[in-house]
Amino acid sequence: MSQWVVKGLRTGVKTTNYPRLPDTAPGLSCGLPATTDLRGEHAQALVARCPTGALSVGRRGIEVDQRRCIHCLRCRRGVNQQLAWEARYEWARVTDKSNRHDNRFGAAFRRSAHILVVDAGDCGACLNEVKQLNNPYYNMHRLGFFLTPTPRHADVMLVVGAVTEHMRLALRKAYDAMPTPKRVVAAGACALFGGVFGPSFTCGGGVAQAVPVDVEVPGNPPPPLAILHGLLVAAGQRQPASSCG
Amino acid sequence: MFFEPGQMATQARTRWHGQVHAERHDDRTSRIECPPHVVPEVCSWLFYELGLSFGGLIVEQAGQWTLRYLFYGEREQGWVHMIARLPAEQTKLPSISALIHAADWHEREAEDLFGLVFEGHPRLGDFVLHNDVWQENLNPMRRAFDGRKPVAHREPDANWRPRQIVHEEGSFVMPIGPIYSSATGPVHFLLETVGEDVIRAQPRLFYTYRGLEKIAEGRSVEDVLLIAERISGTSAFAHSFAFCQAVERIAGIEPPPRALALRVFIAELERLRHHVAAIEGICESTGLAVAAAQAAIMEEELLRISAVLTGHRYFFGLNAVGGLAADLDDSAVRRATEQVSELGARLSELEEMLSISSSFLDRLEEVGDVSATDALEFGLVGPVARASGVARDLRTAQPYSGYDRLTFEVPRESEGDGYARLRLFFREAAQSIRIIEATGAALPSGPFRAPAAAAPSGAALGWVEAPRGAALHWISLGDNNVVERYRIVTPSFANWHGFRLAAERFAFQDFPIILATFALSVHENDR
Ligand code: SF4
Repeated sequence: MSQWVVKGLRTGVKTTNYPRLPDTAPGLSCGLPATTDLRGEHAQALVARCPTGALSVGRRGIEVDQRRCIHCLRCRRGVNQQLAWEARYEWARVTDKSNRHDNRFGAAFRRSAHILVVDAGDCGACLNEVKQLNNPYYNMHRLGFFLTPTPRHADVMLVVGAVTEHMRLALRKAYDAMPTPKRVVAAGACALFGGVFGPSFTCGGGVAQAVPVDVEVPGNPPPPLAILHGLLVAAGQRQPASSCG
Repeated sequence: MFFEPGQMATQARTRWHGQVHAERHDDRTSRIECPPHVVPEVCSWLFYELGLSFGGLIVEQAGQWTLRYLFYGEREQGWVHMIARLPAEQTKLPSISALIHAADWHEREAEDLFGLVFEGHPRLGDFVLHNDVWQENLNPMRRAFDGRKPVAHREPDANWRPRQIVHEEGSFVMPIGPIYSSATGPVHFLLETVGEDVIRAQPRLFYTYRGLEKIAEGRSVEDVLLIAERISGTSAFAHSFAFCQAVERIAGIEPPPRALALRVFIAELERLRHHVAAIEGICESTGLAVAAAQAAIMEEELLRISAVLTGHRYFFGLNAVGGLAADLDDSAVRRATEQVSELGARLSELEEMLSISSSFLDRLEEVGDVSATDALEFGLVGPVARASGVARDLRTAQPYSGYDRLTFEVPRESEGDGYARLRLFFREAAQSIRIIEATGAALPSGPFRAPAAAAPSGAALGWVEAPRGAALHWISLGDNNVVERYRIVTPSFANWHGFRLAAERFAFQDFPIILATFALSVHENDR
C-alpha cells in the first residue's frame, strides 16, 4: 500500500485557491455571453441566431439573459461581429424568494453545510461537473461542503435538470424531508428554465416549478467553480453576481 | 457464412421464396421486406446463422406501421434493414425477444410508447413510462400525441411497488434509489436478497426520460442537433457525430478531409475522457482513494484541454452538418496532442501500479462475470462486450469518417469479469491516445465544413462507436428541413439491459463495484 502513499505525496497540491484568490487556469470555464454595445443589422442577426431567446436588443445594445444561455456558441461562430464574452465563473444569482429565511442561513452554516445532489433529469453534463467538485482540483471539503445522500441530513439541495415527470415527486419529497433552514440551488440552464428539454409532456420548465429556489447558477453545464460559487452564495459566504449580464 | 449485401439479398430471396422481397440498397446496405409472421425466422437467420449483431428496432408510423430491425456485421456484410409493415389499425405482431434477447427492451419500449403488442413477449408493461405516474395507454410516440403540451397524470401513487421475482423463503426486496448517490444519475434498484447474498438486481430506469425522440419531431435539423448533443453530456460529441452523419447521408454531403480528421480527433479525446472517468469510478468503488484521485485529476485535465481547444468542456456547439461549426487552430491541436501524450504516460503508470495492488485486484477478479455467449445473446456493446470476448467495434466493423485509414487495435479480453473490464478501459484509452497522436500530427488543411446543400428530404442511419459502444441514429426528414422521426439507439440502453447478467448471485458489498465496471449512463439510456 505504501506505493500509493508515495504517489499521493508526489502528486503535490492541485487544489484551486478559489475563493481566496480568483482562479484563471485555462479551460476552467467556457464563459458566458455578456451585454454588448452592438446595434442595427448585425445585432438583429445575432439575436436571431440564438435558439433560446437569451439575446435581445435593448437600451445597452445586445442584452443577455444569461439564465437562458445553453452554450450553443452560435453567437460566436460563423458571424462577423461577435458577442462580448466573459470568461469568469461567478455567475450565481439570488432569486426574489431568497429572503424567506432572513438570511439566518448564512450565520448557521458558516462552518459546514451538507449537500444533497438531486439529478431531476439532466443530460449528465451538469451532474458530471458537480462530481468534479470532489476531485483534488476543487476539493470542496476544504470549504466545509459535504455531500450526503439523505435529505434529513441536508442543509442545501443542489438540483440539476429540468425536472422530469418521473422525478417531480421524489424531488418534492426530498425537499419536504430536509430540516429548516434549508436552501435550494438550481444549477444549469435546464434547471433554470427547462433548457432544450422542457416544458414538454415529460419535462417541466425548471426546478422553481416544483420547489422554491434560492440560488440560480446559469451555464450549460455550469463549470465546477460556478457551481461552487452558487453553494458559497447559498451558505452566505460569497456575494452573488450583481448584474444580469 | 459471409455475404456482402448483394449476396445477402439473393440468399434471403431463395430461402423464403415468394415471401420476402430483398435487394441490395447500396454498397453497405441490404434491405429485406417480409410479412410480420416471417420476421422471427428471418431475424434468427441473420443473427444466428450469419452472425450479425442486432442493432435495434425502429418503429415509424406514417399511415401504416413500419418496423425496421437493424442488423450489422463485419465490413463487407454491411447493414441489413429488415422491414415489416402493418396496416394502421393493426397493432399486433410476433415478438422476436425469445429468440434474440437483444431485442427484449426494444420491444418493451415500442409497446410502452407506441402501443404495439409483441405477441409472446414474456414481460411487457411498466418500463419507460412508470405505471405510478402516467395514465394507461398514453402512447406518446404516436403521431396524434402532441409532445409539447403537458398531459394529465395519475395522482402519484406513493405505495406503488414493482413486482418481486424471487419467491424463496426468507427473501426480501431491498429498494435503493432513485436518489441514492451524488455521482450517479437517478435509478432505482431492487435488490432481491436472501441473507447476505443478492440473488438479482433489477434496475428501474427512465427517471431522466426527457422524451427526446418525441420532442425532436417537427423541429428543424439545427434545433435537433442541440438535442443530439444533450442525449448524454458525457458522450455529447459521439451522439452529435452520429446525428450529423445521418443528415449528411440524406443530403449527400461529404465533409471535407479536415473535418473528418478533426471529428476523429475529438471523438477519441471524448472516449479517452470517458474511459479515464470509468477507471476513476472503479477505483472509487473499491475504496482506493489515491488511485481514484489520480484518475480524477486526469479527467479534469482532459475537460480543460477540451475547453481550451473547442470552447466547451463537453464539446457542445462543435459539430455541424457538413463538418464542424468552427475550425480548430493547428497550433492548439498540436498543444492538445502534447498534453494528451504526457497524460498518457501517467495513465500507464497508474495502470502498472494498479496491476500490482493485490487487495484491489481481489475485489475485481471473478466479480460480475459475463460470459461471451451471454454477451452475444444479450447484444452487449462497447468495452463491456469486448471485455467478454465480443470484439465488434463500429470503427472497424463499419468504418466511418476515415477510421479505416488509421492504424489502431480493438483490444479484447476474455474473462468478462470486473478486472477484464478495467484492463479493457486502460487498453482502449491507450489506443485512443495513439489515434489522437497520429491524427493530430497529420491534420489535412483546407475547409472545415462542406457547403450547405439544398434542403434535403429522406431517411438515413448514422452510426458511431461511442465511448460506451454502438450508437445508431435514424433520421427521417420531411420537407423544409423538418425532422419527422428521430430514433436514438444508445449503448447504455443495450448494456443496462445486460447488466443483470453481471448482477446475479453476488455479495452485497460487491454491488457498487459491479456497477462501476459497467460504466453505464442513465441519461444515455433514458433519453
Ligand atoms: S451561446 Fe447562449 S446566448 Fe449565444 S446563441 Fe447560444 S444560447 Fe444564445
